[in-house]
Amino acid sequence: MRFGADEPLMMDAGIALSPWQIAYQTYGTLNADKSNAVLICHALTGDQHVANDNPVTGKPGWWLTMVGPGRPVDTDRFFVICANVIGGCMGTTGPASLNPATGKPYALDFPVVTIRDIVRSQAALIDRLGIEKLFCVIGGSMGGMQVLQWAVDYPDRVFSALPIAAAARHSAQNIAFHEVGRQAVMADPEWRGGRYQTEGTRPSKGLAVARMGAHITYLSEMALHRKFGRNFQDRSALTFSFDADFQIESYLRYQGISFVERFDANSYLYVTRAMDYFDLAAEHGGSLAKAFKGTPTRFCVISFTSDWLFPTSDSRAIVHALNAAAASVAFVEVESDKGHDAFLLEEPEMFAAARGFIDAAARVRGIA
Amino acid sequence: MTLPTVSLPLTDTDSGHRLDFLLLADMVEPGSRVLDVGCGDGSLLALLRDTKQVDGRGIEISREGVNACLAKGLPVIQGDADTDLADYPDDAFDYVILSQTIQATRQPKVVLEHLLRIGRRAIVSFPNFGHWRVRFELGMRGRMPMTENLPYSWYDTPNIHFCTIRDFVELCREVGAQMEKAVALNAGGQPIRVSLPWWVWNLLGDQGVFLLKRR
Repeated sequence: MRFGADEPLMMDAGIALSPWQIAYQTYGTLNADKSNAVLICHALTGDQHVANDNPVTGKPGWWLTMVGPGRPVDTDRFFVICANVIGGCMGTTGPASLNPATGKPYALDFPVVTIRDIVRSQAALIDRLGIEKLFCVIGGSMGGMQVLQWAVDYPDRVFSALPIAAAARHSAQNIAFHEVGRQAVMADPEWRGGRYQTEGTRPSKGLAVARMGAHITYLSEMALHRKFGRNFQDRSALTFSFDADFQIESYLRYQGISFVERFDANSYLYVTRAMDYFDLAAEHGGSLAKAFKGTPTRFCVISFTSDWLFPTSDSRAIVHALNAAAASVAFVEVESDKGHDAFLLEEPEMFAAARGFIDAAARVRGIA
Repeated sequence: MTLPTVSLPLTDTDSGHRLDFLLLADMVEPGSRVLDVGCGDGSLLALLRDTKQVDGRGIEISREGVNACLAKGLPVIQGDADTDLADYPDDAFDYVILSQTIQATRQPKVVLEHLLRIGRRAIVSFPNFGHWRVRFELGMRGRMPMTENLPYSWYDTPNIHFCTIRDFVELCREVGAQMEKAVALNAGGQPIRVSLPWWVWNLLGDQGVFLLKRR
């Protein structure tokens, strides 16, 4: 979907981005009264291909367990929309897009993106699709941040909201991890001050290291131990070298290498920054409860016991604020040893909670 | 060995609702805001929503309970009465209900004080440890009581703070709660005749139900 000079995206950085475009996928059919639209918000390195094969990697959609026929987000009943975030690299305008002023990629001339900008761009898309009110906005991690931002910025356009493994603000520890990742990218000589596209280089090593570091934060010590332990990789003894002796090393290297094939380094800087800047309470005088004041939206908040990146205490803070705002809120902490990534994995308890919440909300909304 | 004559709370044959829940629901004004602490599978909240147009919320410690509530469309938070009530603002609800849960809390007095702070009224029901069968088990048989309503062994029971109806009345005095209504229910969940004196309630009541107000 393209937006011309007459419809700039007004960004928090104070810049009117124009022209801009947003890449999205839809599944299912919009009903006659347009009441069955569900918006899925993707996480940091996700994209719009939530329930179809990814055209870049050839891999299945990233949330097939949650979205599809007969799934909790049932595409036989709901019209499901998922859009690539502003600053991303899967078709929505981002730092790799051409800057009309220079005819070259924006690179670091792209304005810093916020979660609110991302949500604003999604609202423009929803407007274009002729949808007044979303039945449900759902997302995990950074997707959950967008869900909360949607509920706060457009309370009358969100019937129900399902933030999973999310937080109302990015913690110091999480900002720290992101900064390490960004510094890894920028320390790669091929990064060239962000102008690697015009200079014909690729900061693959830096981005791979960033991904390796980040990937550890998505797991848990238990999951790492269960999956890898101290197992050797294709060898029976230590090699007394810096080869990947251990399976975990080999696994992380693979994660890093496969990531750089599908993700743009500058996009990684921008989208991590959007998460760092996220602080919903700060936008409302420091009070999260004030941000949600008078909200008509039904909320269901889900967290995971072993998630130390977006721990249950973060979800509880959201619930606490929603309670203080007298909002309708449900909360489930799912028992899992899979860490933050659990929201993307096979977690029957999460599916049961999501299904119960969505089905009940659909009954109230009158969706068949 | 359990005593065979104690029965679980009866259900109303017409509505299918538990009689003790119907009695609790009777104490709630239509259209009010209610928090059910320890709401289980949400049966009482659903009853209140469907018959009293109540705007209901719940806290439940078990994930199975929370999921059952979600499926009923009830906004219920997975949490613990002992730790999470402190998060609620004053006067957030018209009624806070604590049904068959106070005996399982670590700090019943603190919990009761929170109920009276969060709600303009509190409704508390609990198994009466002064019931004659309980006294018989302990007094005559010399064993920790196990009945069908209280089926746990002493070593695996979640019920760590039992009280009698008289004990609870005393606690209400201590925390400055005014008793607007007090009812004792028999094992079937039916109220015992009101005209009887306290000591009879305390002997025959299987559970006590109190409607309380901050003094």
